[in-house]
Amino acid sequence: MIAERQTRVLNNVQAINEALDLALERDPRVVLFGEDVGVMGGVFRASDGLQQKYGEQRVFDTPLAESGIVGFGIGLAMAGLRPVAEIQFAGFLYPALDQILSHLGRMRHRTRGRFSIPMVIRAPYGGGVKTPEQHADSPEAILAHVPGVKVVIPSSPERAKGLLLAAIEDPDPVFFLEAIKLYRGVKAEVPEGYYTLPLGRARVVREGDAASLFCYGGMVEVCQKAAEVAAREGVELEVVDLETLVPLDTETIFASVQKTGRAVVVYEAMRTGGFGAEVAARIAEEALDYLQAPIVRVAGWDAPYPPFSAVENYYRPDARRVLEAVQKVLTH
Amino acid sequence: MDTVQYLDDQGKPLQDLPLSQEELLLGYRALRRARHFDERALVLQRQGRLGVYPPFRGQEAAQVGVALCLQADHDWLLPSYRESAAALTFGMPISRLILSWRADPAGWGAPPNVNMVQFYIPIATQIPQAAGVAHAQRLLGKDAVAAVFIGDGGTSEGDFHEGLNFASVFGAPLLVVVQNNGWAISVPTHKQMKVKRIAQRAQGYGIPGVVVDGNDLVAVWSVAREAVARARRGEGPTLIEALTYRVAPHTSSDDPSRYRTEEETARWQQRDPIMRMKNCLLHLGLWSEAQEAELTEALEGEFLAAVEEADQAQEPKPWEIVEQVYAEMQPDQKAAWNYLRGEV
Repeated sequence: MIAERQTRVLNNVQAINEALDLALERDPRVVLFGEDVGVMGGVFRASDGLQQKYGEQRVFDTPLAESGIVGFGIGLAMAGLRPVAEIQFAGFLYPALDQILSHLGRMRHRTRGRFSIPMVIRAPYGGGVKTPEQHADSPEAILAHVPGVKVVIPSSPERAKGLLLAAIEDPDPVFFLEAIKLYRGVKAEVPEGYYTLPLGRARVVREGDAASLFCYGGMVEVCQKAAEVAAREGVELEVVDLETLVPLDTETIFASVQKTGRAVVVYEAMRTGGFGAEVAARIAEEALDYLQAPIVRVAGWDAPYPPFSAVENYYRPDARRVLEAVQKVLTH
Repeated sequence: MDTVQYLDDQGKPLQDLPLSQEELLLGYRALRRARHFDERALVLQRQGRLGVYPPFRGQEAAQVGVALCLQADHDWLLPSYRESAAALTFGMPISRLILSWRADPAGWGAPPNVNMVQFYIPIATQIPQAAGVAHAQRLLGKDAVAAVFIGDGGTSEGDFHEGLNFASVFGAPLLVVVQNNGWAISVPTHKQMKVKRIAQRAQGYGIPGVVVDGNDLVAVWSVAREAVARARRGEGPTLIEALTYRVAPHTSSDDPSRYRTEEETARWQQRDPIMRMKNCLLHLGLWSEAQEAELTEALEGEFLAAVEEADQAQEPKPWEIVEQVYAEMQPDQKAAWNYLRGEV
């Protein structure tokens, strides 16, 4: 149905802006807020023009306080609104972790369903664009470890729009992490009008039989590049975009492992305890029999994301490092 | 800052009271009901029929006075763990409170006509949330208000400051009630803060701050009533500091003799909020010992019936562990649910 629609070429920020616009238009309970989201339209312009269109009651600036923003949103949600909060960078979420861990994720559980938090927290994450300290963090594993929340990380404009609209409709809290590198780095045909894409599904973005690359967000582009290079040498890699980390679509993951027998997990957060470790563990627990080589992770090093941009490419996985890992699983 | 007070330490009116005779009687009954609950809850705890319980003895007036100004199906209450008295007066059924302090999930949620969020355990986290709940009322076109309680220790948390700032910036209809009860477990107020009065902090947020004798029900009720009226008129939040004292231990597991003197506790017991209110009624000729005995009997009957009701609640099942995590059970919860059901 979506395929039959008219499309327009948009980048990720434009697609997200369009989704926010449609959500505000469709549901009067939706409110948008955060630092600089109003007059300025967000530091990345994700909410550009929306305050002018919907007024200061629906789209508003808040004081500079992340715990306050998340806590305030929890209150709005409990009272019946559909808050969409922007945290300026995912690396600034840490002051709000008490709100996230103690309440956002467990309010439904601790009130036995009396109060739920249908809230979306959007935050740009990840590196590759030479930002200052703390601006390039990838805290998805911390968020995925919170019971009661969902974690979604789109990798294309079409997916970003449909997934964000689904996240806003979702009755539970959703973290919506947006790769900064992709904001203006990708453009694609995006269907017009309102549509949602289901949360909790991974998708195969490139088919192959030699090995599976499991990735999400900013790493999808990197893995596709690696797959192109490998294809020139006749090695067909399968690229699986996990897209929703919580709940994780293990069926699609296991089906791919069954097909290729080899798994490389790619993420740009630091290696230890990163979300890729969870993917590797699930495969080891449930799909070990299909494997012909140990699972290999390609990740950031166990160090803070480097604030000195000249060397960030050594931290953030690139096609070269992905191909080294592919070599390892193919020659095992 | 002046402390609002209507009754002297013995309960004799210091000036004309702003409450009607009916309200004075209603208030006294609510205080006694709260005290009765607290005393009987501690007995249940000692019998092993309640989990860890945080008593509120001595703080009844500070909580009841605010709750009496609120409507459960219209306004909102976001209490800390020590606010069973506020919850009870706001409209939470006794049986649910018992279940709640039994850590039984059957008691975690409020009934649909009671806008109370389950007692908050982390300190001050509910203040930004209460600001959001309050602001939402205005966005939804309602004149409802939210009331939130913490202790003096809670004012040291960042969320106290962020929440007050949000509430003031957005002009949210919110009452932030700090029960300054002298102690954050074993840490006395003077080691918690250098300011003399917590209510002074209101100035930093551009909102009214009021200090009230927290053991004087008439004073708390009148101060809270004014703050609620201001909030309903769209004039924003108020910070209320109720000066009171935690006569009881921090929880049923605490031993306050390790950090404070019996003399201090005894001194405050001589300003007991219930004794003061009773003396006030006796002074005004509104109460008798016969009515007192009748009230005690009625409260005991109500409590015993509630215990019976709570006892009839089914024990939680193991698989409830993974229920109500998401609106719809996700694959991981579903797998755990199936496993837990198979175990029994």
